[in-house]
Amino acid sequence: MYSRLYKTIVSAPPLLWVGLFLLLPYALIFAHSFWAVREGVVVHEWSLRNIHTLISNPVYFEVLLRTMRIAASVMLFSLLLGYPLAYYLSFHAGPRKELLYQLVIVPLWVSYLVRGYAWKTILGSTGVLNGFLQYLHITQQPVGYFLYSPFAVVLMLTHIYTPFVFLPIYAALEHIPRPLVEASQDLGASPHSTFFRVILPLSIPGLLAGATFAFVLSLGDFLAPLLVGGPSSTMIANIVQSLFGAANDWPLGASISVCILLITVSLLFLTERVEKRWSFK
Amino acid sequence: MSSANPSRRAPFLAIYAALVFCFVYLPIVVLVAYSFNRDGVGGFPPRHFTLDWYRQLFADQGIWNSVLNSLIIALGSVALALVLGLLAALALDRAEFPGKALFRRLVLLPLILPGIITGLSLLMFANVAGMQLSLFTVFLGHGTALISIATTELFASLQKMDRKQEEASLDLGATPWQTFWRITLPNLKLSLIAAGLLIFTLSMDEIAVTFFLIGADNTLPLEIWARLRRGITPEINAVSSLIFAVSVALIIIWYRIRVRGIGAEPQEILERP
Repeated sequence: MYSRLYKTIVSAPPLLWVGLFLLLPYALIFAHSFWAVREGVVVHEWSLRNIHTLISNPVYFEVLLRTMRIAASVMLFSLLLGYPLAYYLSFHAGPRKELLYQLVIVPLWVSYLVRGYAWKTILGSTGVLNGFLQYLHITQQPVGYFLYSPFAVVLMLTHIYTPFVFLPIYAALEHIPRPLVEASQDLGASPHSTFFRVILPLSIPGLLAGATFAFVLSLGDFLAPLLVGGPSSTMIANIVQSLFGAANDWPLGASISVCILLITVSLLFLTERVEKRWSFK
Repeated sequence: MSSANPSRRAPFLAIYAALVFCFVYLPIVVLVAYSFNRDGVGGFPPRHFTLDWYRQLFADQGIWNSVLNSLIIALGSVALALVLGLLAALALDRAEFPGKALFRRLVLLPLILPGIITGLSLLMFANVAGMQLSLFTVFLGHGTALISIATTELFASLQKMDRKQEEASLDLGATPWQTFWRITLPNLKLSLIAAGLLIFTLSMDEIAVTFFLIGADNTLPLEIWARLRRGITPEINAVSSLIFAVSVALIIIWYRIRVRGIGAEPQEILERP
């Protein structure tokens, strides 16, 4: 139905653009990771020196481990908050469902910075939470460790990614054919076993998609540690950011980015495989 | 049976859901409340209602310059991402070409990769290409990263569109060009508006990619970021509250357009193809 000319006109510009401004830049990360820096200038000498540095200096591995711990906590807490919320909306919210759904997706698209900043004002030693605790005479002195700790980073990122986790889970729950649930109940299953043997397995694809989002996006976050984390919660992307800034070693920064990229892409690939297997369509 | 007053059957779940909503909205409420607090951010409860911080904000030239920069970039990104996203969606819907599956994934990558990866890759590109960092590089970054949004929205809408109208138009002697302007585009109108709103909001708020591509002039989020280093003032609460209000308004309009049943479901945007 569409002529060859039509097809060329619609596909050539986006292909060229994406090739030039997306594929080529991503490829440049890989290229830089094999290059070196001399007197502050990137030189195009191919070597494995950066990878060697990453392996031989334990600092990088330690920070990567801490980052993964933080990302895993964010994922876990977002699931603990997002799943029951999605389940409630999908099965029990009744006529308020639509309104509640909108209430969850609005913050999803609203400024990361605004939400992070809000936490900074709440958690600070002269912040709102400390003011509240002193007002109720629960504490006498301001508590210093709310802000500038890994706890604050996990809290802020959980707040940001809970709606992200909610969304695919809710979609998966909404796609569960209701007759399946009713059949389970009619055949005498308790609500408990209906949930664990029918609903939960059928929502695994959504759960996995949400979990991956939270983990992957937290893994590459560098703004939360700068905003609320402090030195004790430096994450791997903060090292990258300083290597591209003050430390001025782009190739080393690029090779850490390649690690983040590889972890991310392999996780996405893996969960996609598992999602396909669990999906009943 | 399962529909008989369902909320009463799960009181704990209802309470839990209410608590999650509190968690999601509490920081926002605090933020807005303290933007009216005379004595600054902190302490409890907020006393002495004042509009001074908003007055100060409206007189703050630095903020308004950055708002202007952000607006220019957001509008530019909307135009760029819509044009390329529309073409990409048409290509995915109607053309066969080598590497189609790869292209489809590549377009979506900026949405699912951490922003630092996309930001750094474009920084290296600008460096290799000899481009000075400026608002132009930021626009390039936003526009390219947000093609993903336009492509997903418009592709979903094309898949639901009835091809018979286009066939009829072509059979009755209209050129492909006329068919595109008179049939295809009007059918996509609402999806284009919806995608444009979302791209605009995301570009206005973007910080991770912008962080690496910014030159001498700040966008609004980076201006706020720079001020945070100097300390917290309720003026930042005031500007954040306004950003929140504007974003919410745009997102609600976006959602209303979507509910009319065209384009992608909100969750489809985040689903991998």
